[in-house]
Amino acid sequence: MSELINAFAIAGKAALGFQAIFFALLAIGINVHFGYTGLLNFGQIAFAMLGGFGIAISVSQWGLPFWVGVLVGVAAAVVLALLLGLPTLRLRADYLAIVTIATAEGLRLVFRSVSATPVTGGTRGLSAFNRDFIDLAPWDTGRRYDILGTSWSGGELWVAAVGWLLVILFSLLVWQLMRSPWGRVLKAIREDEDAVRALGKNVYAYKLQALVLGGVFGAFGGMVYAVNTGSANPDQYQNPNTFLAYAALILGGAARVLGPVIGSMLLLFILQFADTGLRALISNGVIPDELLTSTDVAQIRFVLVGLGLILLLVFRPQGIFGDRREVMLDAR
Amino acid sequence: MPADIGSHGAHAARPDELSGQAAPQRLAQAALRDLPWEVGVAKPDPAIVVDGVTRTFGGLTAVSVDHLEIQRGGITGLIGPNGAGKTTLFNLLTGFDQPNTGTWSFDGRPLGKLSPHQVARLGVVRTFQLTKALSRLTVLQNMLLGAQGQRGESFARALLPGTWRAQEKANTERAMELLRRFKLDAKKDDFAGILSGGQRKLLEMARALMSEPKVVMLDEPMAGVNPALTQSLLGHVKDLREEGMTVIFVEHDMDVVRDISDWVVVMAAGQVIAEGPPESISQNKAVVDAYLGAHHDAPLTVEDEDRMLAEDEAALAEERRGRHSADTTDGKRTTR
Ligand SMILES: Nc1ncnc2c1ncn2[C@@H]1O[C@H](COP(=O)(O)OP(=O)(O)OP(=O)(O)O)[C@@H](O)[C@H]1O
Ligand SMILES: [Mg+2]
Repeated sequence: MSELINAFAIAGKAALGFQAIFFALLAIGINVHFGYTGLLNFGQIAFAMLGGFGIAISVSQWGLPFWVGVLVGVAAAVVLALLLGLPTLRLRADYLAIVTIATAEGLRLVFRSVSATPVTGGTRGLSAFNRDFIDLAPWDTGRRYDILGTSWSGGELWVAAVGWLLVILFSLLVWQLMRSPWGRVLKAIREDEDAVRALGKNVYAYKLQALVLGGVFGAFGGMVYAVNTGSANPDQYQNPNTFLAYAALILGGAARVLGPVIGSMLLLFILQFADTGLRALISNGVIPDELLTSTDVAQIRFVLVGLGLILLLVFRPQGIFGDRREVMLDAR
Repeated sequence: MPADIGSHGAHAARPDELSGQAAPQRLAQAALRDLPWEVGVAKPDPAIVVDGVTRTFGGLTAVSVDHLEIQRGGITGLIGPNGAGKTTLFNLLTGFDQPNTGTWSFDGRPLGKLSPHQVARLGVVRTFQLTKALSRLTVLQNMLLGAQGQRGESFARALLPGTWRAQEKANTERAMELLRRFKLDAKKDDFAGILSGGQRKLLEMARALMSEPKVVMLDEPMAGVNPALTQSLLGHVKDLREEGMTVIFVEHDMDVVRDISDWVVVMAAGQVIAEGPPESISQNKAVVDAYLGAHHDAPLTVEDEDRMLAEDEAALAEERRGRHSADTTDGKRTTR
């Protein structure tokens, strides 16, 4: 019993920790791209990597202040969005999908390559760039704090506080945008871009704006990740993260303001709960060793999430917050 | 209107109708009355002028129009058999497709280099043959999207609702007015995706009108709309002319074409093969040959059609009677 409570507490921490924030920010961006505008960005992690390395390179390599690093990260994300969008957004939707997925993988390989090592630190990455930020914490970051049976370091708490503030801020931004005529154009583009063109809207410009906006959200996700771990390593930014963020979005409900946020918290909760729970069951001998060893747990938990998603799509295709009527329209 | 067509001869000029007192819908008709029924004839006040536009798909020439003028403020019917190139011509004129050669202009302004949204902003708005309802937007949102010059459609101002709220309210009122006209007001909060096929046609037309266009190009607006509603749609289209809009519409139903067009353009195999007032078309040899193709003896009027239908039925009944008697003698064969 105590083990169950323990697993619950640890999973709860995961649902509130920096990884949940990371996925929430990625997914808020994907929600703007895919949920509202219908753009298939399969390389959201590249924006996160530019965000994280924007700070890391600016501070550790160029000796710039932390906040300039944030600006550099945002600017890099904007440039990437334009580079990806300008040539592809005039074409069919699948072109963006192909280009983004290739770019995300390519960019990571470039960042970890030998020739990039003087700038990016290569496979070892960069560290010691978050001091300025951690020092801003209004509490002592040197000690640990006990919250609801879990232990947080002061720095961790500070990153989580600021991270959730960002999540709330961006959610409000998305909410305001999507109830405006601007958001209406985006949703209409998702439905049928030719109809929108015929009504005098510059579809290309709107798609570019959406791509940039969602990309910048992703960059902030990467910043939260890098600042919390205190290091930026290209291999932290593998593309499966993009798809986990998609899973979070679909879990929560696409084209809903809170969908990506609740989806990410839930995703992290399930992953962590499965992890701790399974390990406890194995060490108790409830699950025999022949069936599952603790080394399998890391993989099995993703299988469980996959099963959960399948069940969700069967019984609640609109996700947690989605509108079932809306999803069922496609069946016509 | 059909009564008017009948009462004046096709070439009987009535100068009094050109005076200011005449109802607006008569202006275009009267202006076009004296024109020769020739392909490429110059109109007194053309809104759209097409010159040498060709579009080929591989070896197929989908459109090849030497010269075509569309009278301002009139209703021009564009007819032609399936695959004649009507939709392709619409696509070309509105920037959705690029021609191989040719130029075209609206109000003297060349449109060749413009993209679809720029053409629409000039006031040339089209609807699609395959209806494009924005399914997961409500009917009202569909309508609001049509409004032009919306301040809230810029990213920065979207964040400041104060800058666009009043405009949005005015647009909503106008949208509701149009929806009432098209009998869709009860559905304003439903997703457009649940509308029936005919209702989608109506919504698309209403949405196009929401942009207050100068020229509307309707690609088969009556297809799939029930006869009663077709009548009221025809009324709407005539109203548009009343409001000074130029209407070009594609339609296969000749009765509809005869009813509302001031001028009819006939396309076949990509070319304009005839143009003239509606009553000129059924007499045109080229049209009968090309448009009706194999059905050379097909009915051209409702009366003809009814008569031929009656004849066919009579023949069929005769045949059945014959076969029935054969059945009774044969004993084994069954009637279908
Ligand atoms: N994108 C395309 N690629 C190849 N051929 C095309 C394309 N679009 C149209 N065509 C061809 O061009 C010709 C004209 O087509 P269009 O759609 O303009 O006909 P239409 O007059 O609108 O016919 P309908 O009355 O059936 O709607 C057809 O033969 C069609 O197959
Ligand atoms: Mg067509």
